[in-house]
Amino acid sequence: MISSLWTQAPAPPVPPGTPAEGFKAPGVEDFNIPPIFEGVPVLEWFDKPSIQLILAALIVYGFFAVATKAPSIIPGRMQFLAEKFQGLVRDQIARDNIGPDFRKYVPYLVALFAFILVNNVFGIFPFIQFPTFSHPGMAYALAAVTWVIYNYVGIRKQGFGGYIKLQTWPPGVPGWVRVILTPIEFLSNFILRPVTLSLRLFGNMLAGHLLLLVFIFGGEYMLTVADSLVLNVLSPFAFAFAIVMTFFEAFIQVVQAYIFTILTASYIGASLADEH
Amino acid sequence: MVQGSLNMVGYGLSAVGPGIGVGIVFAAFINGVARQPEARGQLQTIAFIGFALSEALAIIGLVLAFAI
Repeated sequence: MISSLWTQAPAPPVPPGTPAEGFKAPGVEDFNIPPIFEGVPVLEWFDKPSIQLILAALIVYGFFAVATKAPSIIPGRMQFLAEKFQGLVRDQIARDNIGPDFRKYVPYLVALFAFILVNNVFGIFPFIQFPTFSHPGMAYALAAVTWVIYNYVGIRKQGFGGYIKLQTWPPGVPGWVRVILTPIEFLSNFILRPVTLSLRLFGNMLAGHLLLLVFIFGGEYMLTVADSLVLNVLSPFAFAFAIVMTFFEAFIQVVQAYIFTILTASYIGASLADEH
Repeated sequence: MVQGSLNMVGYGLSAVGPGIGVGIVFAAFINGVARQPEARGQLQTIAFIGFALSEALAIIGLVLAFAI
């Protein structure tokens, strides 16, 4: 079960008299952040990732509120940035994927892109350095919102029967193929879409952060704990590679926010599409 | 003595397929842009959707490697 990923049993106690252990590679248990309000009854769920979620929402809201408070014909710096961002989502993502009726969905897509982007960049932001979506529950919630939206929009446009037919009954397919194709289409469009959407975001954030942990903890071990001069001398390379991977991570974080938004737009577009 | 989970070896093997897939997607994207540079914007959208769909296999593999 995927949900058992974060509830692993603690490591068995080390018997006394064991010699000093070697390097212990970082694993998924390093993502279990200790709770802040231990034992407080109501606030127990409130830990670092949930604080980050709220912080990200405040940052996104605050940025757009300030940037558009006093709009002028000649935009200032923040207004220019906000307009560019909105224009990118509107022209590159919404118009290309949704079709002529795209204008209604631009606000959701802009908010989604900005929210995921801020949460992902938390992964390499100094003093926070934890990507919020490396806990799968957060990503499940986002994908659930998208799932509800594209199904609702499709049912409202096509009617319930028409929508199911559109998603599972592609036109121009010979009858004997439908026996296989219709279940696959149903599985793909209603079940696998939200699952892959959330797992893609979660998996990328988890894997990228784990990679950074491996190089930084490995470099630290080589520099300070290891008894070999060769390892001590080689440790700067581990740190250097960690820095390179940090830049790569920054790229991946932007790309993942972009992909989540573009797939949401494309699913909405597929729900709205007229039958050919 | 090497310790660790055999799941990771399996995941490494299974990542070959999506890797080839992502390579093909971007090779086609580069080809398309080289032939018709003005179509870059449209092709980029399609290329990233294709990239995301092929990458989904690798990500599912990663999650299952940790989960099972």
